[in-house]
Amino acid sequence: MTRSRLDPVASGPLVSLRDVSVAYDGVPVLALDALEARRGEVLAVIGPNGSGKSTLLRIMGWLERPAAGQVCWRGRAVESGDVLEVRRRTAIVFQQPLLAAMTVTDNVGLGLRFRGVPARERRSRVAHWLDRFGVAGLADRRATTLSGGEAQRVALARALVLEPELLLLDEPFSGLDAPARASLIPELAAVLRDDRVSTVLVTHDRGEAQALGDRVAVLIGGRLRQVDETAVVFRAPVSEDVARFVGVETIVAGQVTAAGAGMVTVEVAGRALEIAASAAPGERVRVAIRPEDVTLTLPDERPVASSARNHLRGRVVQVRASTPHAHVVVDCGFPLVAAVTPRSIDELGLAAGAAVIAVFKATAAHLLRE
Amino acid sequence: MDLLADAVRQAVVLLTGGDREIWSVLSLSVFVSATATFVALVIGIPLGAALALARFTGRRLVVSAVNAGMGLPPVVVGLFVSLLLWRSGPLGGWEILYTPAAIVIAQALIATPLVTGITLAAVGAVPAPFRLQLLGLGASRVQMVWVVLREARLPMLAAVMAGFGGVISEIGASMMVGGNIKGQTRTLTTAMVLETSKGNFDVAIALALLLLVLIFLVNWVLTSIQQRRA
Repeated sequence: MTRSRLDPVASGPLVSLRDVSVAYDGVPVLALDALEARRGEVLAVIGPNGSGKSTLLRIMGWLERPAAGQVCWRGRAVESGDVLEVRRRTAIVFQQPLLAAMTVTDNVGLGLRFRGVPARERRSRVAHWLDRFGVAGLADRRATTLSGGEAQRVALARALVLEPELLLLDEPFSGLDAPARASLIPELAAVLRDDRVSTVLVTHDRGEAQALGDRVAVLIGGRLRQVDETAVVFRAPVSEDVARFVGVETIVAGQVTAAGAGMVTVEVAGRALEIAASAAPGERVRVAIRPEDVTLTLPDERPVASSARNHLRGRVVQVRASTPHAHVVVDCGFPLVAAVTPRSIDELGLAAGAAVIAVFKATAAHLLRE
Repeated sequence: MDLLADAVRQAVVLLTGGDREIWSVLSLSVFVSATATFVALVIGIPLGAALALARFTGRRLVVSAVNAGMGLPPVVVGLFVSLLLWRSGPLGGWEILYTPAAIVIAQALIATPLVTGITLAAVGAVPAPFRLQLLGLGASRVQMVWVVLREARLPMLAAVMAGFGGVISEIGASMMVGGNIKGQTRTLTTAMVLETSKGNFDVAIALALLLLVLIFLVNWVLTSIQQRRA
């Protein structure tokens, strides 16, 4: 590829968006202040269906122009004459594999042909990437005869063979059955990590974001609600809708009654909760607790030595089946949801009406202020 | 019934006996219709692809016009091409009325809407996300259209069949702009009309058999390509 003004002059984000907005038929679908795709990181954009994620990805791939705002490649605005070249520095994979009716090898070589890569080099690069995604044995098969999982591996190889400066993934696992997803996600994670592929992954599945994302951007209703390191977004969501989306089940209102060094006491429905946070006494807050941070024990068991500060007596209200853990709703004066393995449900005899003690650490609870 | 059986026997004798005139009529027909189909493909494929992919005001009107053109009566085309090529007409200076070139022009006008319309439908049937995917892999617009046409190649073969089948069997335009001149512009269909009106049923049947075999062969070849690729 020829050198051009699109080539790197400095480090910095690959793509940066500023004040970008999009509307379809007068209905706003996207309105962002600022977002960056950085070098060498996987940015996971998560949000419910219809939140504008796919639109955002198409804009980052220069496949769609926003109605307003600035989209920069390596810090520079892209003129219309440069769009093709910027597109050729990115590669996109959609939910559907969208393979052409030709052999697997020809499919994976498509983008290289578009770039005029000579046949000899094309063959070796295609073979290499088919191998990395474990589909080398399918090289001569017609794409129309592949299973869904095989086809998506071919689609990923077709994008990565281009060695894109920015890889764009639009719900790449959503069309797959559970076993195909379970095997492909860690394999893709390894490829992205080993090659330090700068990636933007759009998904409605928070598990995929946790598995692949270095940073997470939460997009709800076309607006960015939180952008931060993955662990931070999942541990400390900034608002109730973000908290709900990243899997927090328990969100209850309370009032700070005491505050010390990094520790506050919040009264919720007459119960005093010890929470690692800072707040002023008298402040009204909401407490967010993830179900997997809550464990349940039986009241007659000897208390296990534990650093957990919060032990709340309560009664089971409901057991909701879910994978891999069931969700047990406990009434502790307020509804508290715990994630429990099916085996523990049997062993503890958990059913509606059972008396239990819910245990969680001071660091497991998070304060929401809005 | 005797008349028919006798005529068929005569026709076979004519064909196997190597009657010069029959074979020259056949080769002119094939040459003229193949050329016209080729011209129609060269014009119709890009036009159909452009119409399928472009969004502009008045598109619906143009698409309707193309679809209507697929049913263009050859005799009407013959009339207008005659007027154009008439000695005092706008293209009279070309002096090609009553030559094979005039038939090629008329037949290309008949076949082009067929090819355009089928291309439009074939390209339009390739899903929009597939086109976006190609652009997202770095295809230029031309490269994208090329892969989309390749993807639509099975229905595109139907465009070839429809174009060639439409013009090889038409008569109105050939007669009007070609003139059915012996040894120059006499085609299978115009010869057939003439021989039938003269009562030479054996010759007419021989020509009819040739036409049917020809149409069958062309479709057989294209169909086997389709089946092999599918």
